[in-house]
Amino acid sequence: MDTANDKPRLVLIGNGMAGMRTVEELLKLTPDMYDITVFGAEPWGNYNRIMLSPVLASEKTVDEIMLNDDAWYAERGITLHKGRRIERIDRVNRRVIAEDGTEAPYDRLLLATGSDPVMIPVPGHELEGVVAFRDIHDVDAMLAASRAHQHAVVIGGGLLGLEAANGLMRQGMEVTVVHLMDHLMERQLDAEAAGMLRGSLEERGMRFRMAHQTEAILGEDRVTGVRFTDGSEVEADLVVMAVGIRPNTALAESAGLHCERGVVVNDTMQTYDPSIYAVGECVQHRGATYGLVAPLWEQAKVCANHLAEYGIGRYEGSMTSTKLKVTGIDLFSAGDFTGDETTEDLVFKDAARGVYKRLVLKDNRIQGAVLYGDTLDGSWYFQLMRDGTPVADIRENLLFGQAHIGDSGHGDEASRVAAMPDNAEICGCNGVCKGEIVQAISEHKLFTLEDVRAHTKASNSCGSCTGLVESLLATTLGGDYSDAPAKKPVCACTDHSHDEVRAAITRDGLKTMDAVFEALDWKTPNGCHVCRPALNYYLLAAWPKDYQDDAQSRFINERAHGNIQKDGTYSVVPRIWGGVTTPAELRAIAEVAERYQVPTVKFTGGQRIDLLGVKKADLPAMWRDLGDAGFVSGHAYGKALRTVKTCVGSEWCRFGTQDSTGLGIQLERMSWGSWTPHKFKMAVSGCPRNCAEATIKDLGVVCVDSGYELHVGGNGGVKVRATDFLCKVETEAEVLEYAGAFMQFYREDARYLERTAPWIERVGLTRVKERLVDDAENRAALYARFLESQEVAQVDPWAERAAGHAAHEFIPITPVDAPPRQGVSA
Amino acid sequence: MSWLAICPLEDIPPLGARVVASPNGDIAVFRAADDRVFALRDQCPHKGGPLSQGIVHGERVTCPLHNWVIDLQSGEATGADSGCTHAFPIRVTDGQVWLDFSGATGDAADDTAEVPVACREAG
Ligand SMILES: Cc1cc2nc3c(=O)[nH]c(=O)nc-3n(C[C@H](O)[C@H](O)[C@H](O)COP(=O)(O)OP(=O)(O)OC[C@H]3O[C@@H](n4cnc5c(N)ncnc54)[C@H](O)[C@@H]3O)c2cc1C
Ligand code: SF4
Ligand code: FES
Repeated sequence: MDTANDKPRLVLIGNGMAGMRTVEELLKLTPDMYDITVFGAEPWGNYNRIMLSPVLASEKTVDEIMLNDDAWYAERGITLHKGRRIERIDRVNRRVIAEDGTEAPYDRLLLATGSDPVMIPVPGHELEGVVAFRDIHDVDAMLAASRAHQHAVVIGGGLLGLEAANGLMRQGMEVTVVHLMDHLMERQLDAEAAGMLRGSLEERGMRFRMAHQTEAILGEDRVTGVRFTDGSEVEADLVVMAVGIRPNTALAESAGLHCERGVVVNDTMQTYDPSIYAVGECVQHRGATYGLVAPLWEQAKVCANHLAEYGIGRYEGSMTSTKLKVTGIDLFSAGDFTGDETTEDLVFKDAARGVYKRLVLKDNRIQGAVLYGDTLDGSWYFQLMRDGTPVADIRENLLFGQAHIGDSGHGDEASRVAAMPDNAEICGCNGVCKGEIVQAISEHKLFTLEDVRAHTKASNSCGSCTGLVESLLATTLGGDYSDAPAKKPVCACTDHSHDEVRAAITRDGLKTMDAVFEALDWKTPNGCHVCRPALNYYLLAAWPKDYQDDAQSRFINERAHGNIQKDGTYSVVPRIWGGVTTPAELRAIAEVAERYQVPTVKFTGGQRIDLLGVKKADLPAMWRDLGDAGFVSGHAYGKALRTVKTCVGSEWCRFGTQDSTGLGIQLERMSWGSWTPHKFKMAVSGCPRNCAEATIKDLGVVCVDSGYELHVGGNGGVKVRATDFLCKVETEAEVLEYAGAFMQFYREDARYLERTAPWIERVGLTRVKERLVDDAENRAALYARFLESQEVAQVDPWAERAAGHAAHEFIPITPVDAPPRQGVSA
Repeated sequence: MSWLAICPLEDIPPLGARVVASPNGDIAVFRAADDRVFALRDQCPHKGGPLSQGIVHGERVTCPLHNWVIDLQSGEATGADSGCTHAFPIRVTDGQVWLDFSGATGDAADDTAEVPVACREAG
């Protein structure tokens, strides 16, 4: 039993989905920390259990659903004992003993024994031809029966029962589903949806015995029929019991581990014996047991983290959603839709189209959802539900789906991606098409975004196509994919989410990047290109006066104060307050452009002048010349205030009601230089004709006769979004206060790289109104914090660099004794 | 080998880079958090982005154009990406950085180099 080396030994009992997922996650973190031994009662490598339904329906083969074959285990040095059930855990001597006597010692033990199908103990339940629906063995038995026999009875009208019934029907059997209740899938569906589901299954030829209780299974050797308590009988050569599952705790119990309905674990997936962990269907966590894979994967991640001794990450329970894997039937259910006096129902029904949607709201948040016939928005509702997003603001359109919410013309991602042809390019950076991704998902059995990234490179670079790739996963995997967990870590360097990191920075007074790495157990010595810029921003926003900005954690645009272009040159945009300039300024810009041989001079969409194609080494000198002419940086490169666009307003326009130009200039003077989670744009229009396009800006002001309308959360970028109306104010001073307070709220609340549009959609306009409009005191406090941080923020980076700051950034090194240099670019 | 004195180590910011102008094109010289130095041709194997302008983390740099992550030792793209940019021998003695870019002329890589030149498709 001695191992050649001194590695700790990890033994896994249960070669199923949760256990092996944990091992895979562990190997990702530390490939050779443990000597790993796996015991599985089933005689094969591990496979995708949820794909048994498609196997039964002949839509997939068993080979296609294998996740890891023998070679996979061998390559990783994992000892696999197939077909060996563990009979006893000897906790005193820390070893496990299998039925056939095989033993293995452990330092850490992982239990992932899944669950057992419930077999109702009616007379006859042990007859030949009575099976469960749990493993490959059961599927083989059903397929064999379907070849020799005609009549099948499925006991249980839940998810599993219906999938079994559908599969058997696809094999040509006549199938009767027996259900105790008078509506199907009562745990997932309300009566209405259940009725529609039953209707379409009946159309396909499925028969039902609703509100029937089985009394006996009839037959001598093999089943011949089923008798119910009302005395009626039905003929059967095959009986499938699909009435539920029971966590498999027998082994754990016999070893004296504390079990209730399942093996009880804490938030780190430890049982009452700290060297024994448990994951999957066999566990009970905070009172809940789970029978779907999405929660198991969250558990696997947390468990692996602790096995790897990172010691961070907690499992805090999951919300689940389900879909029925019956081809041609779209059904989605999530959360709790039972409802009571404190909840409200939103219902949409179009019987002719076979569409039914029901959302249960509680305190303005989605608590449950049932969709039938049109499930396109299922993942969106689920997201809103998990994030606890208030939906009061979008309530009117909620049932019509995401495509109808503040999103002009593009439609939501799921329908967009579904409509794309196979050769449509999804990932522009790496040139990956839809077809390639879909093929990789099905061929390599990918479940997660990370998997897709590793196999196809899609979404691996700039990440802007991440949403599309997630939609592709969802559409390709259907029921198997239930998005990534609600809590997304900032990046692979940590298990903490943006919100957790931000909270820790202010709560624990962390004032340097190293302090954050240390306090939150970062896995990498100095982070990566994803987390460092985010941390730099969070620290800066939290401690504007104390934190020392870290240039090396800024993306090159912000570090070099110009936009990097595709050929490695930069573009320079001087600030032009409110878009108003003078002949002298124009002349100065023209001269600078000629002096530095700027190849392209262009007006931007924000009414500024862009000088493109500047060599990096020329930047400081050019900035000095621009500075001499009175210009400061336009921050066109930064996650910062960009521009305030204006129209001519009352000064010139015959429609103008207020001085929109003057107000725009004041706004820009107040807010320039401030760093924000993402770029921030404003505009002021002199009347509702809105020539400055204020209603697609992060903050837009529309002047009217009686004052100023304030609009927030607009975006003219990838996904066009019109602003939400915030409130109306009467004076310019109020506009400034609201604008500063809004920016500050956004700075303190949004996640890094989250623009105001998605931020408002996530937190809800109501919340913004509560803090800014209804609460004058809070508004004043936000505004004060904004102005305070502006005291140190309004330093022109161009002037600093023109004066020699960070010169190394711009001047290349020429080796002392090197031959003279040819070529130009720096 | 022909070692050239480049600059004092302190001229390169920690977790930062400098560009060295060589007759055969720019070379990016990186300094890791632990003061080790690395030198790569300043051209990302993806679309030629200037690696010297990227964010340095651990022993890697992320290209500023499309976020490929390049290994500083070998010049190889990491993760799912593949491609390689030339790595040059580099070392620090008494606070002085020395670089040998004779390899950039296309000469075969020198086996005695301190830093392996592990490119499969050099240059
Ligand atoms: C037909 C079917 C369809 C499903 N469809 C979906 C779906 O669409 N979506 C979804 O999210 N979920 C679905 N599920 C549920 C999902 O498959 C389970 O939640 C998941 O497999 C549970 O993983 P686990 O590792 O806890 O258990 P399992 O995957 O069951 O693994 C447990 C393993 O432990 C082994 N074992 C038990 N005791 C011992 C012992 N003493 N010694 C050695 N080995 C032992 C068992 O043989 C088994 O292989 C479906 C399940 C079935 C059966
Ligand atoms: S928005 Fe109104 S005030 Fe401004 S230019 Fe247009 S019409 Fe004139
Ligand atoms: S050029 Fe470097 S990632 Fe594209």
